[in-house]
Amino acid sequence: MIQLTAFYVFAALLIASAALVIFARNPVHSVLWLIVAFFNAAGLMVLIGAEFIAMLLVIVYVGAVAVLFLFVVMMLDIDFAELRAGFMKNMPLGLLIGVVLVSELVLGFGAWQAGTVQLGQGVTAPIPTDISNTQAIGELLYTKYIFLFEAAGLILLVAMVGAIVLTNRRRGGVRTQNVAAQNARRPQDAVVNKQPEVGKGVSL
Amino acid sequence: MIGIEHYLVVSSILFTMGVLGIFLNRKNIIIILMAIELILLSVNINLVAFSAFLGDLTGQIFAMFVLTVAAGEAAIGLAILVIYFRGRGTIAVDDASRMKG
Repeated sequence: MIQLTAFYVFAALLIASAALVIFARNPVHSVLWLIVAFFNAAGLMVLIGAEFIAMLLVIVYVGAVAVLFLFVVMMLDIDFAELRAGFMKNMPLGLLIGVVLVSELVLGFGAWQAGTVQLGQGVTAPIPTDISNTQAIGELLYTKYIFLFEAAGLILLVAMVGAIVLTNRRRGGVRTQNVAAQNARRPQDAVVNKQPEVGKGVSL
Repeated sequence: MIGIEHYLVVSSILFTMGVLGIFLNRKNIIIILMAIELILLSVNINLVAFSAFLGDLTGQIFAMFVLTVAAGEAAIGLAILVIYFRGRGTIAVDDASRMKG
């Protein structure tokens, strides 16, 4: 009973915050509702025993991705009112497409439930009951899926390098220290001996 | 008792929300990126629900990979957005076809 109540609370908050993400006028509010959506999705995952993915969702999505969004939204000075121009015009068609899409998804699911489509035969990695979820994921991830794990690391490396290369720019007119030029400077380049006559100035 | 159907319905509604968000906010690329995050979140919910209800841990592993790709995609997307804004002074994606090379 308490499980069902928790499920409905998490699901209702998840869908409501997802709606507010796409309907909010201010993108900062959108990002904050996105954070709420991620938290509720993590709650839904905890409810069926996937604690590790739930915690990962909170850490990666809320801690990194949502903060990155918030940073970019606040860094760029954007006129958001202008960007919402076509919003109401697209609304009826958009809602129609949404209704069609969700009813098709539920229809396909109903067909599966009625037994015409068979899914899920042959479990490849049964969930162990004697160890924790995190340990079980680790034991599977670092043995059977080690190459996929390394490929995921490579994807993150490429994403990091790509983001740095894209946003890095050389600024003109910035005076930075040039250590090599400083060390290569010799006294005879910099110092001149002069013997000025009395009453005359020095021209360099 | 909660069944897999509950999770599938929630995730299909979330997926539809993401598609609707892309459709409605066609000019605002920040909201489009957030809607893509919502779609990937619904995929993750699907994977984890099937994993839990079929008793197969593989779904949770693949949810982690989806998470990885989502994080990389957000980073690259926002980087492109920043350089686009630097060059144009706006983020309206109507005239993004100008962005060549």
